[in-house]
Amino acid sequence: MKSLAELKAIKEKMQNQMNMRSDADHTRVVVGMATCGIAAGARPVLNTLSDEIQKRGLTDKIAVTQTGCIGLCQFEPIVEVYEPGKEKVTYIKMDAEKALEVIERHLVGGHVVEKYSMGASGLK
Amino acid sequence: MYRSHVLVCGGTGCTSSGSLKVKEAFEKAIKAEGLEKEVAVVETGCHGLCQMGPVVIVYPDATFYARVEAKDVEEIVKEHLLKGRIVKRLVYEEAQTEDGVKTLADTNFYSKQVRVALRNCGVINPEDIDEYIGTGGYEALGKVLTEMTPDEVIQVILDSGLRGRGGAGFPTGLKWKLCRPNQADKKYVCCNGDEGDPGAFMDRSVLEGDPHAVLEAMAIAGYAIGSDQGYIYVRAEYPIAVERLKIAIKQAREYGLLGKNIFGTGFNFDIDLRLGAGAFVCGEETALMTSIEGKRGEPRPRPPFPAVKGLFGKPSILNNVETYANIPQIILKGAEWFASMGTEKSKGTKVFALGGKIKNTGLVEIPMGTPLRTIIENIGGGIPNGKKFKAVQTGGPSGGCIPAQYIDIPVDYENLASIGCIVGSGGMIVMDEDNCMVDIAKFFLEFTVDESCGKCTACRIGTRRMLEILTKITDGKATMDDLTKLEELCLYVKNNSLCALGQTAPNPVLSTLKFFKDEYIAHIVDKKCPAGVCKALMTYNIDPAKCIGCKACAKGCPANAIKVNANSEVKEGKKLPYLVIGDECVKCGACQATCKFGAIYKK
Ligand SMILES: Cc1cc2nc3c(=O)[nH]c(=O)nc-3n(C[C@H](O)[C@H](O)[C@H](O)COP(=O)(O)O)c2cc1C
Repeated sequence: MKSLAELKAIKEKMQNQMNMRSDADHTRVVVGMATCGIAAGARPVLNTLSDEIQKRGLTDKIAVTQTGCIGLCQFEPIVEVYEPGKEKVTYIKMDAEKALEVIERHLVGGHVVEKYSMGASGLK
Repeated sequence: MYRSHVLVCGGTGCTSSGSLKVKEAFEKAIKAEGLEKEVAVVETGCHGLCQMGPVVIVYPDATFYARVEAKDVEEIVKEHLLKGRIVKRLVYEEAQTEDGVKTLADTNFYSKQVRVALRNCGVINPEDIDEYIGTGGYEALGKVLTEMTPDEVIQVILDSGLRGRGGAGFPTGLKWKLCRPNQADKKYVCCNGDEGDPGAFMDRSVLEGDPHAVLEAMAIAGYAIGSDQGYIYVRAEYPIAVERLKIAIKQAREYGLLGKNIFGTGFNFDIDLRLGAGAFVCGEETALMTSIEGKRGEPRPRPPFPAVKGLFGKPSILNNVETYANIPQIILKGAEWFASMGTEKSKGTKVFALGGKIKNTGLVEIPMGTPLRTIIENIGGGIPNGKKFKAVQTGGPSGGCIPAQYIDIPVDYENLASIGCIVGSGGMIVMDEDNCMVDIAKFFLEFTVDESCGKCTACRIGTRRMLEILTKITDGKATMDDLTKLEELCLYVKNNSLCALGQTAPNPVLSTLKFFKDEYIAHIVDKKCPAGVCKALMTYNIDPAKCIGCKACAKGCPANAIKVNANSEVKEGKKLPYLVIGDECVKCGACQATCKFGAIYKK
């Protein structure tokens, strides 16, 4: 190791992986991964969300996890966003691209992406 | 990139309960489900709750699975990792709630803990230097080498109030300060990983779970005192720790974090391992250095102190593993941060190894000054089987006992010293009403008699005579004169031994005498062991009123001591007493454990 910059580069590379291992209160992004969800394509949604959160260095604030069947199988893949102190937002019929949009506009920008949310389909 | 991490504990405790098989099973099952690109399996060091091993933690949900067996793994993978359904039946009981599970940090065992020395244990893969760096590792070394003078480093450690965690509690900054001005062609930084105190295993845990923290701290110490060579003395009975240290040293050398011209600053520092054969005395600083030199590990008189004339006759410092594990954090977060935890004279946190009659055995790290009650009742979960808390032994064979009436004592150096106890290396053995205090004192004295190196008479012969008197007491053959003699001998051994092994050997006797003298007297005068432990002083008996004569006890008795009573009388249609226990009894207690009717009792 010839310089601090080298150390910093390794740290930055590793940091997002390491931050995932914390018990702190995170914003939780939960993907429905029961049989219905997986069949509807929940897995690429989950992986896209997880990868993007890591790429953007947000793992210290946002945890991407899965859950079982949410009970609205016809709307899968479903993604729920739980932010500490805020009401839950449920996104339905998600795919990888919509997931990226949710990260950009909701999780980073702070605005719920109404057009994909459950409220928008009049289901609330 | 992985979306989830499965952390499998690879510490000594969990390894011995089969965690490596669990890890293999995870790797296999994850592959079978095609999840190997999504879920990483990481072998970590100890997470502290050894009682519940093998321990598996799944992130990012922080789900804590306890006592996981290889056969459970497929279910966790299929349910949790694939479908996100937590397998509740395998979750650590304490973390289960009515409507799901809570994270580790919210359980009683962890919520009162503050992890500084143990911060990475159970969290990172100790065999991957990148993971250590990912949590800020080697940044403190970088900061010290590029921004601070050695004197500034020493000042920070002084201001932090950090004191040695190996037992004596000497201020670490002061130790470094005393060594720094001593000029020599070579100086040494040593690390004490001998951990001889029975029941203590925090140093093992740090070495297994976070070896780079110790390497980094030793390099910082090297810079502070002007040394370019370190030695870690670790006992050969810690094979996992030794292996991980070897890997860590190799990786640090490859990265140039050990070796020449570190961070291009011209500072050189390297570290070598020395394995100890496990003699208790080799944990004493002068004996340890003698042992590193390749000689028989015996202490020598001080002065000269190691700061002046230590390893190979050169100025040296020696610190304990846990002491070192605090150093990088102090450098990064500052002396004020560390000093903000703890009490006036005992700063920071301390790791304790909880063992004995307590529900949650394992390692806990808490701020100095935490009341004993919090440790026993909240973190430890109390005494099992509804028994009564009697005392806790701290500091192992050099320490003493804290009796139940002091359960609210804040645990720090000063408070424990005020009642004749020590923090020591952090062993805490909890005792309940079934423990005999004379027997406990005897247990520790047997240890010191075995471990006395024999160099000085007071320790070699004195401790042996003390043990003889204690044995006389537990055999019911002692007189009150013997007790007076024992007290005298304690003071003699304390005052005349060369090193702290002998000087502290009488402590368990002195402290039990101080708080439980009535138990000694009961053994001597009444020929009774109140706790029913000392075999010579108790008998097993059968209560004729409860015995139904099933003979289950007689069948299980290894000494054939339980016989049908030839002289039994017939009362209310029953022969009473039907069974009796004869002189052949070896007092193993098997009959009492077998009897379903509670008819067998100790007297
Ligand atoms: C008999 C005996 C055994 C000891 N065993 C250990 C040990 O296993 N580990 C340890 O760190 N210190 C042990 N010590 C204390 C060391 O002599 C020394 O004080 C300590 O390693 C210094 O490091 P510290 O200031 O960081 O605590 C022992 C002392 C005595 C007298």
